[in-house]
Amino acid sequence: MTASAGATIDAVVDQVDIVADQVVSLVLRRVDGQPFQPWQAGAHIDVHVGDGLVRQYSLCSSPEELDRLRIGVLHVPDSRGGSKAVHALLAGTPLTISGPRNNFPLRESRRYLFIAGGIGITPLIPMLEAAEAAGKEWTLIYGGRSRKTMAFARQLEDRYGADRVHIMAEDEVGRLDLDQILGMPRAHMLVYACGPGGLLGAVEERCMGWPPGALHTERFVASTLGAAAANAPFEVELARTGTTVTVPNDKTILEAVEEVGVRVLSSCRGGLCGTCETQIISGEPEHRDAVLTEEDREAGEIMLVCVSRAAAGCPRLVLDL
Amino acid sequence: MTVTTHEANVLGEDPFDTANLLDPYPFLGRLRDAGAVSYLESTGSYAVAGYQEVYEVLTDFETYISSGGLGPRDIRKDSGWRPPSILESDPPIHTVMRRALTGVINPGTVRALREPFTPPAVELTEQLARRERFDAITDLAEKYPLRVFPDAVGIPDVGREHLLPYGNMVFNAFGPENYIFKQAFAQGDEHAAAVMRNCQRENLDDTGFGAQIWERVKDGLITEQQATLLVRALLSAGVDTTIFGIGNMLSVLARYPEAWAKLRKNPKMSKFAVDEALRLESPFQKFHRTVAVDTVLGGVHLPAGAKVLVFLGAANRDPRKWGDNADEFDLDRNASGHVAFGMGLHQCVGQPIARLEMEIVLQQLLQRVAAIEPDGAPVPILHNVLRGFESLPVRITAA
Repeated sequence: MTASAGATIDAVVDQVDIVADQVVSLVLRRVDGQPFQPWQAGAHIDVHVGDGLVRQYSLCSSPEELDRLRIGVLHVPDSRGGSKAVHALLAGTPLTISGPRNNFPLRESRRYLFIAGGIGITPLIPMLEAAEAAGKEWTLIYGGRSRKTMAFARQLEDRYGADRVHIMAEDEVGRLDLDQILGMPRAHMLVYACGPGGLLGAVEERCMGWPPGALHTERFVASTLGAAAANAPFEVELARTGTTVTVPNDKTILEAVEEVGVRVLSSCRGGLCGTCETQIISGEPEHRDAVLTEEDREAGEIMLVCVSRAAAGCPRLVLDL
Repeated sequence: MTVTTHEANVLGEDPFDTANLLDPYPFLGRLRDAGAVSYLESTGSYAVAGYQEVYEVLTDFETYISSGGLGPRDIRKDSGWRPPSILESDPPIHTVMRRALTGVINPGTVRALREPFTPPAVELTEQLARRERFDAITDLAEKYPLRVFPDAVGIPDVGREHLLPYGNMVFNAFGPENYIFKQAFAQGDEHAAAVMRNCQRENLDDTGFGAQIWERVKDGLITEQQATLLVRALLSAGVDTTIFGIGNMLSVLARYPEAWAKLRKNPKMSKFAVDEALRLESPFQKFHRTVAVDTVLGGVHLPAGAKVLVFLGAANRDPRKWGDNADEFDLDRNASGHVAFGMGLHQCVGQPIARLEMEIVLQQLLQRVAAIEPDGAPVPILHNVLRGFESLPVRITAA
């Protein structure tokens, strides 16, 4: 990570658009007129929304345009105020942000299946652009309550065509039929899913029949819909060797630990076979594997280091390695 | 995009002839050196033996399908000797079966096996440590999995004697119908019927993996027939392979006394020894896939319907992947990525159980045996696709 990752940037709201029922898009520019630091599909920024509140918002503009950043924000009446505060912003309002940072990078593959639930569409928008630019085969399944609540649905359909962008509004076609969407695993295809926990849980269950590592998710915390779960780089202390390793956003614990020459047994490297199961001595994990039971997850004593990470707010894991 | 292709190198040598089965590695080296993809005259199939090509065939399950069977015949045209298993299925049929199995066999359920799996290993190794010599296969490798695994699945005591002959049939059928195959199938109907009986819900105890698989029938995830087939898959795939895994590991360690001494000092390295032994002497050496659509692999055009013989054991010794000492046991090697359990969609679901059994046996032996060395030549088993030994005489020094 660069030293500036935690540094704040003075930005200004340049444009506010209502893009769907209860969803606004904010376009931000730097006050000093400089470009933002380069970022890639899947990145988010921290928005300091006042009263010490910090919220993560996925970027839905193009990484090609560094003079501006766009975020999509859903207004959630019962949230702790993050999105409400952002909703109250008007063009010209100064805003303190940091980032962009990327916890949801698009990994190399031959094909992609993107699944969005509601405002979970935001990080996928630059991913579609990246997949398209690289000439990849891809499909987007975008579910939501109704078309008028689904931000950017029309634009995406117009831009890429209805054969690849499937808008699945619940009031028209019912809820997403995940058995149909994921019932047929594909080779060399990665699944990127973003949306509420219920949707992602159902997607995870279906992907148990897919090759290990096929599924990548970003969970939007229920209380702050529209904000990605916080997930800064973190440290891993290796209790047996006494070494401490920093795990950046674009590496797994397994990769970071292997880089310093510490051996960890692994096989599928996709959170399915369980070979890299590691004891946690302290710290709280965010489990991203497909196989641990709920009991194991709650006990927090073991984790699969090929995919799982430190939980939001946990800067350091101590592992029995 | 224009892809230039060339003809596969045609090989006259037969991977299934007796000499190549008993001592596979010289042939596998020649096969790797012959090119990315070869054509085997003896079986009428293509062959891949390099890590890169093997990995590609294993992970591209849409191009290289399983429903044609793992043997040289295409069971889609010419039905197989038994209803197709999970190994012989493609999505979406494979998908629900895999989901059902993964729900039952996973790190949590396997971790719980360490406790019941340990005492039989203690008992067996205590007895053996009192002897100067023993046969690591018949006295240990063949005994241990049969003591623990059928209980974990929850099958009755009656009929367990059919497990090994049945496994022998299943795996030999991934090769041609030669005399080895015919011998394995001599009392085939009897063995198959006995194993199928033990897959029925009423013959399984209430707590084992078998009963848990049947639970998924109640959820509506799988049918009764699929539950039967999944229990059968566990029983057929979970015994022989582990026996060979344990035996092969000991055959390697008996030849590397420094590694044994190092492991004695640091038994926590046992799991790495297990992994490296799996790479070097992979129990499951080869099987076929079927080409679903015309494709190009390693510059060679493969027509739809062709069979590809995938040499896992050769990929695991490919010097381009593992370096010049690929044929050596190296306790410090990172063996991650080996394909002894396959890779991708069909990767062995029982992998954590096999690793657990191998690790427990090794750890218990390390506690009681200061040194182990060969006591005469091991006798390799004559098997179409598995690599293992009938006999592995060893001499030990008790700790």
